Amino acid sequence: MSLKRLLQILGFFLLVFVIWEALFLARIWSPVLVPSPLSVGRYLYEAIMDGTLWAATIVTMRRLLLGYLFGIALGLPIGLLTARFRFLSDTVGLLALGLQTLPSVCWVPLALLWFGQTETAMFFVVVMGTLWSMIIATDSGVRNVPPIYARAAQTMGSSGFHVWLRVMLPASLPFVVSGMKQGWAFAWRSLMAAEIYVTILSGFGLGNLLHYGRELNAMEQVIGIMFVIIVIGLLADKILFSPWERLLHRRWGTVK
Amino acid sequence: MTLQTELQDAAPSKLSVQHVSKRFRAGGRDVHALDDVSLEIGEGEFICLVGPSGCGKSTLLNIIAGLEKNDDGSVLTGGTPITGPGRDRMVMFQEAALFPWLDVLDNVLFGLKLKPGLSRSERVEVAQFYLKLVGLEKFTKAYVHELSGGMKQRVALARSLAPNPRVLLMDEPFAALDALTREQFYGDLQQIWEQHRKTIVFVTHNVREAVCLGDRVVLFTPHPGRISEQFKITLTRRRDINSLDLARDALEITAALKGNRNLAAEYAI
Repeated sequence: MSLKRLLQILGFFLLVFVIWEALFLARIWSPVLVPSPLSVGRYLYEAIMDGTLWAATIVTMRRLLLGYLFGIALGLPIGLLTARFRFLSDTVGLLALGLQTLPSVCWVPLALLWFGQTETAMFFVVVMGTLWSMIIATDSGVRNVPPIYARAAQTMGSSGFHVWLRVMLPASLPFVVSGMKQGWAFAWRSLMAAEIYVTILSGFGLGNLLHYGRELNAMEQVIGIMFVIIVIGLLADKILFSPWERLLHRRWGTVK
Repeated sequence: MTLQTELQDAAPSKLSVQHVSKRFRAGGRDVHALDDVSLEIGEGEFICLVGPSGCGKSTLLNIIAGLEKNDDGSVLTGGTPITGPGRDRMVMFQEAALFPWLDVLDNVLFGLKLKPGLSRSERVEVAQFYLKLVGLEKFTKAYVHELSGGMKQRVALARSLAPNPRVLLMDEPFAALDALTREQFYGDLQQIWEQHRKTIVFVTHNVREAVCLGDRVVLFTPHPGRISEQFKITLTRRRDINSLDLARDALEITAALKGNRNLAAEYAI
């Protein structure tokens, strides 16, 4: 990146910061509603130093990753099966299509009734957020594999399970990765909603901190936690998906 | 199996197509793709199947490949009936059908990995041998999207030669290439066939291409797909697609094609 672009980016965010601080100093709104960026920074500094922020992040990330990985691990084989068998596509595939349109936060009331205020309820919500997108993406990925790949593989002596493992699965990778991204977005959003919505005593996540910020009228905490949630979202995108996208770009020649 | 025996060319096999018929439904109507087609192809013969689309030439190729089943009749390779795809008969398609998630070397290794008896390093050696044969030894680490159309077909050729088949089935492999790239292929393919004698069944629309490559040119007519005429090509090898003798032979065959009124439109010069 050129120095000029870097300066432009830094300049833009500095401007946002200055406008925010100016609005705070102008006292148009109560400082309870519009806190100074400096007080947000102070909150974050304190929350980092006393360990609450780190602990909440760990709780949230553990919930997210457990549910997400489980959803991926379950959705991928189911998607392969619905693409392979007409019967499963007409049944499970249709169910997945329907449930995918349901915003995953809508699972929260059901999860609470089934599992109570437990980690299992959180796990369930995250899995529901991930699973259906993953099934549908894998299914359409396999359906979009050019039939000639399987034919070529057969002439080289590949058959049955080998074709699925070595041809259909890697060939549908571009779709699978976009399903993983969508599943991640759904899981992340529904987990935040669930954490704001319910308190679970076994662990306070970032959503809980956001919720208590509101209860205590601590706007600097609300904004500070929102900021952390944004940063985690960006980091996840870089750490989890950038390697896959680089791989797709290198091998398929797709646009970065 | 050792590397030495692996790199020795497998003996080309004889193909025998006996009274083969094939019907299928496409676009809501019955297509009689092949009607009682019989054809004897000798060991190491280069045979070209020519005809307009819908004449069943590709269907016959797929049946020999074992990718499709014939309704009647039988197809034998070296005396044994064909029951499915096999590494003794490798196919090269019009699209390269290379796998984008693998690099060039791994594409060629795909079929070799399914062949028992070779170690990893021996397989790599075999793959590199054939990539060198098609002139791509410097591109082993490239990915498919980085290659030109001609290079892709070169990889596809190396991939189909690598398992050391007895028969090579080629379904309009050069149809999507530009004229210059295609002409280079004619020379290279003839040379490879001379050095590594395989039985080649080559499907094409292009009469000159068929005359340039084939020992024999078999004409098909459509609806139903039948063999209408055969021509033995006696021009000396290695043939040049632009030579006058070749043009004369091609003209004669084109005339035979045009003699069939169904084809006049498609082959109008």
